[in-house]
Amino acid sequence: MQSILESKQFKKLVTDRWKVSIMFTIIMLSVYFGFILLIAFKKELLAYKIGEHLTIGLPIGLGVIILAWVLTGLYVRWANTKYDQEVQSIKSQITNLK
Amino acid sequence: MEQTQSFVTTLGQPNVVSILMFFLFVAITLYITYWAAKKTKTTSEFYAAGRSITGFQNGLALSGDYMSAASFLGIAGMVAMRGYDGLIYSIGFLVGWPLIMFLIAEPLRNLGKYTFADVVAFRLKQKPVRIASSVGSLMTITFYLIAQMVGAGSLVKTLFGLSYELAVIIVGVVMMAYVLFGGMLATTWVQIIKAVLLLVGATVLVVLTLSQFNFNPINIFNASAEKYSDAILSPGGYISNPWDAISLGLALMLGTAGLPHILMRFYTVPNSKEARKSVFVATGFIGYFYILTFIIGFGAMVLVGQDVIGSFDKGGNMSALLLSETVGGQVFLGFIAAVAFATILAVVAGLTLSGASTLSHDLYINVFKNGKSDEAGEVKVAKRATLALGIIAILLGLIFKGQNVAFMVGLAFAIAASANFPSLILSILWKKFTTKGATSSIITGTVLAIALIILSPTVWVDVFGYEEAVFPWKNPALISLTASFLVGIVVSMMDKEPSAEEKFEDEKLRTYLGIGAE
Repeated sequence: MQSILESKQFKKLVTDRWKVSIMFTIIMLSVYFGFILLIAFKKELLAYKIGEHLTIGLPIGLGVIILAWVLTGLYVRWANTKYDQEVQSIKSQITNLK
Repeated sequence: MEQTQSFVTTLGQPNVVSILMFFLFVAITLYITYWAAKKTKTTSEFYAAGRSITGFQNGLALSGDYMSAASFLGIAGMVAMRGYDGLIYSIGFLVGWPLIMFLIAEPLRNLGKYTFADVVAFRLKQKPVRIASSVGSLMTITFYLIAQMVGAGSLVKTLFGLSYELAVIIVGVVMMAYVLFGGMLATTWVQIIKAVLLLVGATVLVVLTLSQFNFNPINIFNASAEKYSDAILSPGGYISNPWDAISLGLALMLGTAGLPHILMRFYTVPNSKEARKSVFVATGFIGYFYILTFIIGFGAMVLVGQDVIGSFDKGGNMSALLLSETVGGQVFLGFIAAVAFATILAVVAGLTLSGASTLSHDLYINVFKNGKSDEAGEVKVAKRATLALGIIAILLGLIFKGQNVAFMVGLAFAIAASANFPSLILSILWKKFTTKGATSSIITGTVLAIALIILSPTVWVDVFGYEEAVFPWKNPALISLTASFLVGIVVSMMDKEPSAEEKFEDEKLRTYLGIGAE
């Protein structure tokens, strides 16, 4: 078991997992806090009219909601293919060890 | 400008449809509880539905747990009264979910057994960490519970014309029946049914509303701007202090990732793959629901009118219901009212189960019994805890009658973000996190969040009636969450816990490969 923990493949699995997670987290945080900061400091930007009355703030807000969902979907796709494949490969090595 | 006709509503009179609908809901869910009771014997069955729930089912149940009456009635109301500013809340409540996915869901599922404290305490000294995290959990649950119970009482009074006290007792007793006999399996199915009803109800309401606007949502927004002013479609004065805005954003986002009753759901699925699927499903349904509430809010603003909504209560909580009656008549109002009541019932059941698991699994077994659990004994304790919490919930509902409890959901989120989230994420990510670091971080977060909210305008001015607040912001999370992280990190760095570091390496097989996960 110790050899698995110290293997390159396992270490790469762990760093890759957090690389992807942190990347997704940063995207979500910057989009959301970008939105909050716009509300706090640059209200007039969100009030920009794109129609007779419609402001750009509405599609942007809607966009944040949709993006949040899309990001979770992309993460699941990465995890289901790349991550799980690596996990399976490492697990099969463990069974071989026994 | 057309003359706003004085709107005649049947709200507040007993509505036959809603009473029938509600009894039908209770009858069906109690039957499910009877079915679930036969399958609920062991601790894993009681706390985690025997890990038999699929990712999709759990996704629906998670969204059911999360879409409380506060978000249905409260956010629709906020949009109806404030327009665009209401959207800030909808978005804030949603964006915590991706973070649960990226940072928490899989390690939480792999490392834990029944509660998130399992993960925090995994490689640390059980007793101090369990006690501290129980305090954080129970505080979060209690404040959330008070808000729900008081909401239930006043809602039922307005909807069905029943007395406040009777409503609180009905909610308490039915909820106890679900949890006591059916455990997590019954609670999960109650959540699923409620989530479907709520999503269908909100969808029909939006379709009926849109039908009056040529099925074009842009027409609703234009009509609202013409009826009130263009300002309604852009951010207004609701958030004036930028720091307060950031603080609110943090609390909403990270509070979601620290809610014990939400985190507990991840143990109902068989593995981490299903856990991540459930977050995807939940985020989709919750996002869809918040988009609907946004349209409902604007629809109510145009078709019912702010003056009429405001005459019921200033927060606009009745806007979704008033809109239902306007576009769908009394029968549809009855349906939506029953759904709102069922929503409260289901959320309260989820909270109580989570509180009971904290009391029995974290405190009784892991603190007083040194982690030695005999199956039958632990289930018995968990059931007693459920009974006690049910009675406490009813009493709290009665005590806080007529009080301003709007700040309590905010307080629950602030504590969840400041006490539960930092210790959970640090213990997952940071090797050198120690027992002392964890306990001091949790205590700092809890105490600061509560103290700052008491001193803030929401309690100091709005509840106590003082002229000026001691703490100027409405939301403490920016300070309490930062302090909780800093204290946890600094205390851990001054301390050394070799056994915890060693276990951190060992637990990696379980965290990343799921080997040995329960």
